[in-house]
Amino acid sequence: MRSESLIWLAVGAVLVFLFAPVVIVILYAFSAAPIPAWPIAGFALHWFRDTWNDDQVRAALLLSLEVAVMATAMAMVLGTLAAMAVARMQSATKEVVSFVVLLPIALPGILTGMALAAYFAYLNVNLSYWTIVAGHATFCVVIVYNNVIARLRRLPRSLVEASADLGADAFHTFRRVQLPMMASSIGAGALLAFALSFDEVIVTTFTAGAQNTLPLWIFGAIRLGQQLPEVNVVVFAVILFTVVPVMLSQKLIGDAGRAAR
Amino acid sequence: MAPAPIVELQGVVKSYGAAVALKRLDLLVRAGEFFTLLGPSGSGKTTTLRLIAGFERPDTGRILLDGADVADLAPHLRHVNTVFQDYALFPHLTLVENVAYGLRARKMPKAQAHDEAEKALAAVKLDAFAGRKPAQLSGGQRQRVALARAMVNKPRVLLLDEPLGALDLKLRHQMQAELKKLQHDTGITFIYVTHDQDEALSMSDRIAVFSHGEIEQVGTPFELYERPASAFVADFVGSSNLWDSMLLRPEKVRLLAPAAPVPAGFEARPGVVREAVYLGAVTRFGVMLADGRALSVMEANTAPRAERLRLVPGDEVLALWPVEACVRISNNNEGEV
Repeated sequence: MRSESLIWLAVGAVLVFLFAPVVIVILYAFSAAPIPAWPIAGFALHWFRDTWNDDQVRAALLLSLEVAVMATAMAMVLGTLAAMAVARMQSATKEVVSFVVLLPIALPGILTGMALAAYFAYLNVNLSYWTIVAGHATFCVVIVYNNVIARLRRLPRSLVEASADLGADAFHTFRRVQLPMMASSIGAGALLAFALSFDEVIVTTFTAGAQNTLPLWIFGAIRLGQQLPEVNVVVFAVILFTVVPVMLSQKLIGDAGRAAR
Repeated sequence: MAPAPIVELQGVVKSYGAAVALKRLDLLVRAGEFFTLLGPSGSGKTTTLRLIAGFERPDTGRILLDGADVADLAPHLRHVNTVFQDYALFPHLTLVENVAYGLRARKMPKAQAHDEAEKALAAVKLDAFAGRKPAQLSGGQRQRVALARAMVNKPRVLLLDEPLGALDLKLRHQMQAELKKLQHDTGITFIYVTHDQDEALSMSDRIAVFSHGEIEQVGTPFELYERPASAFVADFVGSSNLWDSMLLRPEKVRLLAPAAPVPAGFEARPGVVREAVYLGAVTRFGVMLADGRALSVMEANTAPRAERLRLVPGDEVLALWPVEACVRISNNNEGEV
């Protein structure tokens, strides 16, 4: 019993260490003082209004959403197709291709960012919305791919054969059997990809040019020590935009798991 | 005149990498037959079925369906349907959508397809479950949906890959009878894969016995059982006493008292019971003959109320069988066994 309570103590300590800073930042968003300080000087909501009325923050929010939506959409198409292709490969080829597909998520973001920046410069491509999207797509594709291939591994091959046997061509089989069977895993992957894209900093710094996404705006504001109350509000928003999709994604995976049983 | 050939395999070879699944197969199935591919796992029977369905392509050889070579034709263009071993029902579709799938894939209007599907479900007594998903059914019910889903397309040939393998014994026997009746009533050619010799004997018009990627013998259940072409067939279809190239089925032997008279046309050997196993309907005896050969005997338990075994180990007996019951196996290749 004693060792068990020690374990729970350790678990509690780790959780506090991980989440206390996040909670404090959220509390600061409601602080009346213009500078984050402990104890909190008083309760106020006006930072939310001020932040919402800040054109820079709005532009950054809009850009972050646009990038996340586009990168996720690309990832849904490319990740799903890649998973379907790899799923039908023979073992030796499969391992090589699967490794190459997974590589972007293993590479440090700073490498991916530098390489992309160098590549865009070499091709004389100006940094823009689309270069940010391309940067984010590198890891978003992997997330969707991973979710979908896990599903395909559990799907019996005979379902596709049964469809063909019943007279369906490849497109009909894709539309009526494979896509519905993959849908929840594509959705779960897309939500995770969206969350990752929304709070990405490192790759974005190399591919963004003059534009700011929300995390880049935070980064800039903190470095300059300005608008710190607004930073707390924005951080709160970013947390919501990442945590909610991740939770939905978990639920989607859980539901699909139950339905499969 | 024999009915026309409907499926024909000519010189079909199939290998997976270095492993040869089919060595050089020739097979002819006639229209309206209940034809069974029987053999142990890995003998090539399922590969043969998959070649006919189109899931595999032969390395060489021709596959004729109604006289046309379909070896390179995709599965969805062949007018055959398959009942899969795992049923392969679409889990996200209701039963009626599952059964209508083939009709919809061939562009039948939705209302009409669902109408036909409901009729097919009624034929397997599952119309009350039309709106359910496969996960809500028992194994036996899923099996019947798989059957309805294939049959609704009125295939030229129905391919069945160990369709009863996952069912318990009682349900198996019931489904065997239902399948046989369905085949008889519709006249559709069935090609049935199984490793169960009882199933093969009880249902088939003709059986092809597979071993190591080759067909050992094709024949009616009678021919296979009474006149097996090889030691392998004799041993795989039923149990057997094999002495050199002579076969004696255990149920053709009777065990009498040692001094019993031997009627004309019978052969008799003295021996001692070594083993007696009561199996309910029958008792299996192991007898050591005086000349040193082991003899297996199967005896029906015909006594109206038996309380104990008629013979026990140690009893001396006279084993008796009709001379013509002991048959020579025509092309003995015992090395294969």
